[in-house]
Amino acid sequence: MDHDTIVGFSKSWGLFYLIAMAIGVLVYALWPSNRKRFKRAKNSILDTDDRPRS
Amino acid sequence: MQVVADVIAQFTGAERRGAFFIALATALLGLAMAVTGNGDSFGAHGALVLAASIITIFCLIRSFDKPEPSSERLQSYYDEPTKAGIVLAMAWAVLGLFVGDWVAWLLVYPDLTFDAAWASFGRIRPVHTTGVIFGFGGNALIATSFYVLQRTTRARLPDQLSPWFVLWGYNLFCVIAVTGYLMGVTQSKEYAEPEWYADIWLVVVWVTYFAIYLRTLVRRKEPHIYVANWYYMAFILVVAILHIVNNLAVPISFGSAKSYSAFSGVQDAMTQWWYGHNAVAFFLTAGFLGMMYYYLPKRAGRPIYSYRMSIISFWGITFFYMWAGSHHLHYTALPQWVQSLGMTFSVMLLVPSWASAGNALLTLNGAWDKVRDDATLRFMMVAAVFYGLSTFEGSFMAIRSVNSLSHYTDWTIGHVHAGALGWVAMITFGAIYASVPWLWKTRGMYSARLVEAHFWLAVAGTVIYVFAMWNSGIIQGLMWRTYTEGGTLAYTFTDSLVAMRPYYMARAIGGLFFLIGALIGCYNIWMTIRMARVSATNTAADLQDAPVAALQPGE
Repeated sequence: MDHDTIVGFSKSWGLFYLIAMAIGVLVYALWPSNRKRFKRAKNSILDTDDRPRS
Repeated sequence: MQVVADVIAQFTGAERRGAFFIALATALLGLAMAVTGNGDSFGAHGALVLAASIITIFCLIRSFDKPEPSSERLQSYYDEPTKAGIVLAMAWAVLGLFVGDWVAWLLVYPDLTFDAAWASFGRIRPVHTTGVIFGFGGNALIATSFYVLQRTTRARLPDQLSPWFVLWGYNLFCVIAVTGYLMGVTQSKEYAEPEWYADIWLVVVWVTYFAIYLRTLVRRKEPHIYVANWYYMAFILVVAILHIVNNLAVPISFGSAKSYSAFSGVQDAMTQWWYGHNAVAFFLTAGFLGMMYYYLPKRAGRPIYSYRMSIISFWGITFFYMWAGSHHLHYTALPQWVQSLGMTFSVMLLVPSWASAGNALLTLNGAWDKVRDDATLRFMMVAAVFYGLSTFEGSFMAIRSVNSLSHYTDWTIGHVHAGALGWVAMITFGAIYASVPWLWKTRGMYSARLVEAHFWLAVAGTVIYVFAMWNSGIIQGLMWRTYTEGGTLAYTFTDSLVAMRPYYMARAIGGLFFLIGALIGCYNIWMTIRMARVSATNTAADLQDAPVAALQPGE
């Protein structure tokens, strides 16, 4: 494997897997049914109950 | 001493035995190092490890036969390591800032080295950087991460020994690092100066730290893992990867501090700056963003403005930062396309960075009255502003043509401190002032006015520092690239040094302001802890008196 092969591989593969991961993240973050989950999560830290749940 | 005894009294029998065997093992390791490295600084560090272990063993033996703790302890979160971590962070802050200001004055008055090798710029500067980044920042991250992890998962830490191992081991690493620099031990890699044996030790500590995180998450009682934990975990995991790869080295012998890196030439430079920039990204950014995403909404009493945006910016930061390191090597032997790659990713980083800063400020939108009245929340607000400013500046400076002016000048120093003082230290002080009353169960800090004083000293110090270095850096950069009509350089290097001097004085004064602020903070925290102790003893005394008083009517 020479330098050009590695460079070629990283330039093409790098482009595609980064775009694929970005799409995955956007889908997860914007998926409508996740809204409830996120809303609960962001409000749950304001809960004043300072004890572990058993 | 009483505090240590109380902690050990809370340990179960198995935890006490575990602690004993760990301390015994490190004592033997220290002894072996002291023997094989006799006459070398490696031996001196062996003696240091041995001494730390013996003190620990002594403390353990004193409390060894205390009764087993009651299972009542499991009904509350385990905050003792967080308390200790906050106190240690403040102690390191004072040390690191003091040495930093000393270095700043050394640049104004070069004779301040007193002709001693240990006091030369090359040795005390890393004491400053390690002291503030790893000593102050690291302890604050460990302390707050334990706090946030438990609250957001609603689960207690899995055991009581491993958090103490992490805290003890991490501080031992920091002490080995800074004492090493003074003796001339360094592998000459920025922010990765400690030698091979300290590096191996840190891996052990770090893996334990990550394991605590995973073990607590497995036992979580919340369905969703709150975003602050993602940031803290990215910080722990990526720092482990960076640390292991960048420090791959072969020691010249097992009795010597000296080692040689596995990398050489431009590969060495690229590995170092892949590490160096991601240390900024995952140590100084991701970890502290984790802190911000918990303490800022909590203190403001409002949920984070957009949870979705926090997830998108999390993955943006993790994906993009990985590739940005090569912007430290513009105009070097590094292939041009790698430089361009680093530059492009650095510019793209502005998007997730501003999404985080914007998310923080929009969370405060509607609570500006609280920001006005509460200096603790104001620390966090200013931190978010400086985070936005310094990430913009960073993206800008990574552009090759801008970098040709800024690189190797004080502009870089100014940029780093806008981030380190304005963002990292401000968010940390905010988080500490918020958590001290929560941890020690007091109504508030000992003095709100002293928090206010600290806030203004910190802001003034940062602004003076950053403006001084911007001026100094741009003048320096311009002087170095000004040519005469004959095609020779218009200024000598010494000319640029003379032009820097007033700015170096201003910088040292700004740093002094920041240091005084931190000292005030230490006093305030100390008095709050004392206040908590006094009220605890009073309550205990009241409880003892109460039955006696109740008996009186029946007499």
